[in-house]
Amino acid sequence: MLAELQQLLGPENVLTSREDLIPYAFDGTAALKQLPRAVVFPRDAAQISAILKLARAHRTPVITRGSGTGLSGGSVPVENALVLCVLKMDRILELDPRNLTLLAEPGVITQKIFETADAVGLFYPPDPGSMKISTIGGNVAENSGGLRGLKYGVTRDYVMGLEVVLADGSVCWLGNKCVKDVAGYNLRDLFIGSEGTLGIITKVLLKLLPKPAARQTLLATFSQMDAAAETVSAIIAAKIIPCTLEFLDRTTIACVEAYAKVGLPNDAEALLLIETDGHPAAAADEATRIEDLARSQGALQVRRARDAAESAQLALARRSAFSALARRKPTTILEDVTVPRSELAKMIRSVQHIAAKHTLDIAVFGHFGDGNLHPTILTDERNTAEMERVHHAIAEIVDAALALGGTITGEHGVGLAKKPFLKQQLGESSHALLKAIKHTLDPDALLNPGKIFD
Amino acid sequence: MKQSPLQSLDYSVLQQCMHCGMCLPTCPTYAETGREKNSPRGRISLMRAIADGELETTPNFAEEMSYCLGCLACTTACPAGVDYTNLLEHARAHVEQSGVVKTPRRDFVRWLTMKQLFMKPRLLRFAGRLLWLYQVTGLQSLARALRLTKLLPTSIRVAEPSTPTIQRRFSDSLIAKVETPSSAKTAKSASASASPSAQPFRRVLLLTGCVQDIAFSDINRATADVLLANNCEVHTPRAQSCCGSLHAHNGELDLAATLARRQLDAVDLSQFDAVISNAAGCGSHLKHYDRLLATDPAYAQRAAEWSRKLRDISEYLVEINFRHPQPPARTSTAVPNHPLNLLRSSIDGREKSPAPTVTPVTYHEACHLCHGQKISAQPRAILRAIPGIELRESAEPTWCCGSAGIYSITQPKTAGWLRDRKLNNLRATAAPIVAVANPGCSLHLQAGEAHSANPLQFIHPVVLLASAYAAETHP
Repeated sequence: MLAELQQLLGPENVLTSREDLIPYAFDGTAALKQLPRAVVFPRDAAQISAILKLARAHRTPVITRGSGTGLSGGSVPVENALVLCVLKMDRILELDPRNLTLLAEPGVITQKIFETADAVGLFYPPDPGSMKISTIGGNVAENSGGLRGLKYGVTRDYVMGLEVVLADGSVCWLGNKCVKDVAGYNLRDLFIGSEGTLGIITKVLLKLLPKPAARQTLLATFSQMDAAAETVSAIIAAKIIPCTLEFLDRTTIACVEAYAKVGLPNDAEALLLIETDGHPAAAADEATRIEDLARSQGALQVRRARDAAESAQLALARRSAFSALARRKPTTILEDVTVPRSELAKMIRSVQHIAAKHTLDIAVFGHFGDGNLHPTILTDERNTAEMERVHHAIAEIVDAALALGGTITGEHGVGLAKKPFLKQQLGESSHALLKAIKHTLDPDALLNPGKIFD
Repeated sequence: MKQSPLQSLDYSVLQQCMHCGMCLPTCPTYAETGREKNSPRGRISLMRAIADGELETTPNFAEEMSYCLGCLACTTACPAGVDYTNLLEHARAHVEQSGVVKTPRRDFVRWLTMKQLFMKPRLLRFAGRLLWLYQVTGLQSLARALRLTKLLPTSIRVAEPSTPTIQRRFSDSLIAKVETPSSAKTAKSASASASPSAQPFRRVLLLTGCVQDIAFSDINRATADVLLANNCEVHTPRAQSCCGSLHAHNGELDLAATLARRQLDAVDLSQFDAVISNAAGCGSHLKHYDRLLATDPAYAQRAAEWSRKLRDISEYLVEINFRHPQPPARTSTAVPNHPLNLLRSSIDGREKSPAPTVTPVTYHEACHLCHGQKISAQPRAILRAIPGIELRESAEPTWCCGSAGIYSITQPKTAGWLRDRKLNNLRATAAPIVAVANPGCSLHLQAGEAHSANPLQFIHPVVLLASAYAAETHP
């Protein structure tokens, strides 16, 4: 099969040496790895179709991968798998300002999509923390979120159409440039967030928005977690929807400051990073009201960014939170639960309780505005006794989120990391329905097998 | 059996990388190939595989460690704070110890350079003297004209145009062993005056380097001048040896430690407020003597003090709030050595137009200054303080130029690709002068300009500052 692949793609696009494969054994998830059999770099849908036909003939699983920054093990290979890396499919094919759309190949880095739109006064809102390096294909496959999820939603909300190659090699277009389209089942949505298990995305048609005219960034610090949570509730209750409403706890603040050096206070128990955008008058008015609300909830300090550069710097600091936490302990296990916004304070208290019960170091940061929390367990994978407690803690965090009407993942996907908990959230029949769909589209279980469910 | 350098390394340094991928967009070799193996995160996974016993030390691994530029851009991008410098040095030492890439010729070259030339300062200076003779007698031009350089082995032939022009006089004959601010005027080429009232008196140790000493002794002289102009007493030990950065960056950690001990033995640190380095690559290594000698009970303490006192010249000048030079008085006509004046006269001669009042200067960040030492604002502060200079930013100022120590010799293809990319960015600023604080970058970039009709000039920021002090009129 390898010889056939080399003939199809050219030898430089088929990697097989051990030194070449080891770095493709993992993604951004901690402690999960499996060496693939080979890594291939196709250029277009036709090549992918041919690769899938070959893989089918040889019963070889295919794992699609972009930059490998996923956080649920979605692109970690399985045994004997072919890793299909889309990084060489990296062209922006069309920017259509008349319809406010952008057509891209899956290997385009998300930051480039943002910049391309920005250059013509348009806006692509989804901004996962990894956007400087993650690919748009990966974002769609994992239905990634980001810092602007509160006001603008997640990747799903910006996908108007997709080209996918199915397991049998057929190429399908799902969706189009029409704002309204109710023809048939909405299969486009089925593939968004399918984590490479149903087909391989080869083109993405994205919706763009007009660029907000102004942005105001605020930083509020609190001596107590509850005051921060109450401030969030007060902002939402005042019918203000900021574009960003981020939360960092004391540990996260310290680690982020050690990396980014943007002047975050080290005496606060909790910090809110709030951004509002839109018409300049509206943004300024919202910022003032948010400032007042934070003060009335007992904020220690409220600081407003002086200019766009300072706003960008603060957002960048927040984006680095997950990686910066690795400064504390050798192994960083990132969780991703979401609860209804009214339950945030309860969820945080549960996490603190679980950390104390298992004597674990758990930092918490996340997207307070949309209820999405990232409790992050700081540990050492070589400490087997502690790792045992880590597994109990993860299960309890998931239990707590579900008990509050939440979900096991808000933006990272199920992959390998959340697979054990999916049935608990969905229930028997919904879980069975998912499996039935997978079996219909991929009867030989060749596409990213073992992810989401077994 | 003795553990290999990678296996004896503290494992948590390897674990620190949680493969988030933030390093990928900053890595020049990953940008070139798009393959994980050629990225920091990929290389660390290979190192870890070796430490875990999952991968043999193969020629492929050795080649990958040599393909890395060591530009350390990844360390600036890494939120997790991975000590990549340390990892790469250990990995390269591991490769050397394993012997997978041993060949008689490679052994000979490494023996001659790292174990002889760069361990014996007098021998290096003697070689420098021979090279100087070869250059001034016209033999070099003759050899180049006759294409005799074609007889050289490929790797040397590619590097030959980057051979430094050897200075007529080395640092020891340009800089006295001790120069005090008041005696500055008597020093031969120093005309800057100190203003003792403005700056408190300080005593500093000046490191003149090895290659820097024979090829850029003028930069060392300028460094002494700016220190004197800021009321520092400058101590310059004679016949200084290599700091060991060449060895540490190329897998000879034991020799690097020997050289570090030699430096520490040569000075009484307690006498000095600071130890001054003016070459980015050396400074980046010199600051790590504490780590290099951490397990040596006889030296650990002194090494820690050394690292605490070690400053890059631009870093130090900003730290002591350096005096901003005054614009040259209108009456003072000629300051012949001022690089800006040289440039102006050549422009005048050609176009018969009035001299421009400001000269655009752009700044190339040497990797080991901006990524290795996180010094980026200071050289710019110096350039902005110089009258007659307009600092223009280039695109990708922190992107490696491909020089990277001996990289331009070992990996000429990638080095050339990066040099073109860098020169294009620098030329786009339309500034005729590029300020750069590392001798390797200067040589490499200059060689790339060899056939340009209007070659860029590469000048150390300190040389520009010293010239500006010299151009002031004295009361």
